[in-house]
Amino acid sequence: MSQGSYPNAQSIQQHQFENGIKLLMYRNPASDLVVVRGSMAAGGIGEPREKAGLADFAMQMLMRGTQARPFEQIYDDLESVGASLGFSGGYRRSGFGAEALIEDLDLVLDLAAESILRPTFPADHIEKVRAENMTGLQMRANDTRSMANLRFREMLYPDHPYGQSADGYPDSISQITQDDLIAYHRTALAPDGMVIVVVGNIDFAAVQAQVAAHFGAWRNPDYVAPIAYPDAARPAETVRVHVDMPEKTQSDIVLGLPGPRRNDPHFMDVRLANTILGVFGMMGRLGQNVRVKQGLAYYANSRLSSSMGPYPWQVNTGVSPDKVEQAINSILDEIKRIQNVPVPASELADSQAYMTGSLPLSLETNGGLASVIMSMETLQLGFDYLDKYADNVNAVTPAQVQKAAQTYFSAEEIVIAVAGPPPA
Amino acid sequence: MIDMGEETMTAENGVLKTQLENGLTIVLKEMHHAPVTSFWVWYNVGSRFERPGHTGIAHWVEHMMFKGTPQFPSGVLDRIVSREGGQWNAFTWIDYTAYYETLPSDRIGLSLQIESDRMVNTIISPEETDSERTVIISERHMSENRPTFHLFEEVQAAAFRVHPYHHMVIGDETDLKTMTRDDLYGFYRTWYAPNNATVIVVGDFESDAMLAQITEHFGNIKTRPLPDLNIRPEPDQRGERQVNVKGPGDTSYLTLSYKSPPASSDDYFALALLNAAFTGGSALGQGGSSNKSSRLYKSLVSTQKAVTAAAWIRPTADPFLYTFIAIPPPGSDLTALEEALDAEIARLATEPITQNELDRARKRARVEFTRASESITGQARMIGMAEVLTGDYQWFETALAKLDAITLEDIERVRATYLNKDKRTVGRYIPNVE
Repeated sequence: MSQGSYPNAQSIQQHQFENGIKLLMYRNPASDLVVVRGSMAAGGIGEPREKAGLADFAMQMLMRGTQARPFEQIYDDLESVGASLGFSGGYRRSGFGAEALIEDLDLVLDLAAESILRPTFPADHIEKVRAENMTGLQMRANDTRSMANLRFREMLYPDHPYGQSADGYPDSISQITQDDLIAYHRTALAPDGMVIVVVGNIDFAAVQAQVAAHFGAWRNPDYVAPIAYPDAARPAETVRVHVDMPEKTQSDIVLGLPGPRRNDPHFMDVRLANTILGVFGMMGRLGQNVRVKQGLAYYANSRLSSSMGPYPWQVNTGVSPDKVEQAINSILDEIKRIQNVPVPASELADSQAYMTGSLPLSLETNGGLASVIMSMETLQLGFDYLDKYADNVNAVTPAQVQKAAQTYFSAEEIVIAVAGPPPA
Repeated sequence: MIDMGEETMTAENGVLKTQLENGLTIVLKEMHHAPVTSFWVWYNVGSRFERPGHTGIAHWVEHMMFKGTPQFPSGVLDRIVSREGGQWNAFTWIDYTAYYETLPSDRIGLSLQIESDRMVNTIISPEETDSERTVIISERHMSENRPTFHLFEEVQAAAFRVHPYHHMVIGDETDLKTMTRDDLYGFYRTWYAPNNATVIVVGDFESDAMLAQITEHFGNIKTRPLPDLNIRPEPDQRGERQVNVKGPGDTSYLTLSYKSPPASSDDYFALALLNAAFTGGSALGQGGSSNKSSRLYKSLVSTQKAVTAAAWIRPTADPFLYTFIAIPPPGSDLTALEEALDAEIARLATEPITQNELDRARKRARVEFTRASESITGQARMIGMAEVLTGDYQWFETALAKLDAITLEDIERVRATYLNKDKRTVGRYIPNVE
C-alpha cells in the first residue's frame, strides 16, 4: 500500500441504506479472504450495576439460536466452510467481525443478519454462556493484570460508565434473566447508525445487493439509542489502591487518567507525547528507564486509545513485589520529565517517523484495512484521514507535546492500582 | 534462475533458494503487492540445544542480541528500525531463534546491516548481562502468575525425562540466577554462525539485487565449526504419567498430552488433520477459530461437562506433544471431565472420522492458509519455520496438497499410533482449597 493508494473518499465505495445502515466497501485484489465488520450504536453504557455485563451477554447469545437455525446448525454451516463470525459488546458500539473466502460471503452475511434480527435466546444456552462467563470472571479474579486494570478503572471513574466492567461481575452475571436479554435485544439493536465494512476482492454492486437482501428490510421502532459519554473528572490527588493476591510471584501496576476524546483538537499532540513516553522503539522512555536501565520489568509501556469517550490513558508494568515503589517512582519521574523538559526535536522526529512510516504495515491485511475504515466512520475521522495523516503527525511541535503532557498527564493527580502480594 | 557460478539454486513458485560459500542458507520470495519487505534471520538454535545448568540460555542470548555491537550500541538498534517505520521483533522457541524487521522496501538495507553485524559483533557486556538477568526473571515471574504456565511446565518435565524438551524456553529460575556473561557469550559464539543460519526475505524486491546485497553483507562472515549436539532422544514411554499442580484460583484445568511426530514425519499432517477434524483445531498450526461443530465440543461443552475444550499440535524438530485442554464448569472437579474426554477419544476407534469431517477440516485449512499468507511478515514466518524445521521451505507452501492426499486410512493409522494412553501425560491444575 503506497501513499496515494490509501483508502479514501475516492476508493471507498459508500452506500447509505434507507433504514440507517451505512455500507463501506473497499476492494483489495491481493487476498482471497473477505473481511466483514459490523458496528451498531448499542452497548452497555448506563447499565445498572446489578445488570452489569448484560449488553455483552446479549451479544454472546445472538449465535446461540435463531428463528431459522438452531445453534448446532449455525456453527455447522459456518465452520464447514472455514468461515468465522463472532459478536462482541462495548460501551456504545457493539457488533461483529467475520472472515470467509469470497464464495462464502453471502453465507456469513446471512448468518450475521439472522443472528442480529431474529435470535431466540434459548434457556439452555443462556445457562451455558453464563457458566462460560462465570469461569472467565473466576480467571479474571486470579489474574494480576486483569485485577489491576479492573480496580484502576473503578477508582478512575467512580461516577462514569467506564468505571463499571462491561464484562460484568459474578453477582450481576448470575442474576441476568432471559427476559433481560430479550428486552435488551428489542430496544438496543437497530439499523440506525449501523456501519458495515466489507474488504476483499469484491464486486461492489454484488456486495451491496447481498447486504440489501439481508439487512435492508430491518427496522426497529422500539430502538433506544445509547446515552452519550459523559465527561470524566480527573482525581484531585493521588488515589492508590492495592488488590491483595498473596500467592502470586509478580505484581502488576496500572496508573493513569481519563484520556482525551478522539475528537479533542489536541488528540494528536497527546498521541505523540504518549508515543515518546511509552511506545517508540522498545516501549519509549518508560521502557528505557524501567526495563533497559534498571532491569525492573519485562514490560513497561503506556497506551492511548481512540474513543469517542474519555477512555483512559494508562501506564502498565509488572514487577517483583519488592520493586513496586521503585517502579512507580520511576514512571512518575518520566511523566514529570516529559511535562517539565521540552522534548528534543530529534526525539519527536523519531516518533513522527515511526508513526507515519508504520502506517502501510497496518494496512497490509484485509482485517487491518477494515479496522481503519471502520474507525474513519465511527470515530468521525473523515475519509481523508489517511491521506492527511502524515501531515497531521508531522505538524506537531515540541511545545505542543509538552503542553499536551502538562494538560493530559499528571504525576500528582493520578490513579495507581497494584495487584499482587500484599506490601511488606 | 540466476547465474551464480558454482552455487546451486532452485526457483520454484517464484521462490529462490541458495547457499553462500560460508554455509548461509537464503530463501527469497518476491511479492510486489505492497512496497514492504520482511527480512528474517533464523538460527538453528533453541531451548532444545540447552543442557541442565544452562536452561533458558538461548532465550537470554536473544535478549542480549538487542544490547548492542560497536557499530550499533545498546538502545540504538530498536530506535533506528522504528524510526524507519519498521516492525521488528525476535523470538526463541524450543527449536529455533528468529529475528526480523519488516520495513518499507527502500529501507530494507538497514535490516541487512543490523543482522549481519549482530551475527558476529554482539558484545554481551557483564553489566548488560546483570541488568537483563532481572528482566528475564521478571518475564518468568509474569508467566508464573498464570496457572497454565505451571501446568505446562510440569507436564513437559514429566513427558520428557531425557530429551531437552524437558524444560521451558524461559529456563529454570535457578539457572537464570547463576548463568554468567561468559556462558552467554560462549553460547552465542558457538551457535550464531552463517552455517547455522537461514535468511528469509519476502516482499517487494528484485531477487538478483537482494542476493547481491546479502552476499555483500553476509558473505565475508566466517564459517564456524558447529559442535556435535548429540541431543538425547526420549526413550519409549511405558505407561501413562500423571502430574498434579496446585495453586491459587478457582478454576481447574485438565490436559492430556500425547507424543506427536516431528514436522518432517509423513505422519505429521495426518495427525494434524485428525486433530482438525476431531476438535476443530488448526491443521496448519495456526490460531484456531470457533470449533463449536466439532465432536469434541459437542461431547464436552454442549453437554456442560466443560466450558471450553480444545487441542493443538505444532510442527517441531523432534517428537513433541499433541495436547488437549479442557476446563470444567464452575463448581465441578476434574473427575467427570476426565472420564468424558477419555471416552470421546476412545470413541474415535469405534466411530472413526468420516469423509465429511475430513473434507470440512480441509476447507478450513484452506481459509487458514489464505489468512496466514495475507501479510508478507506472515509469509516469511511460515517459510522460515518450514525451512528451519524440515530443510524444505516448501513444507508449508505445499501443506494444502499434503492434506488433500491424506486418506481415512491414514487418519485411522495415526489415531491408533499416537492416541495411545500408555504414551501420554495427564496434567491437572487443582485450585488450593482455602
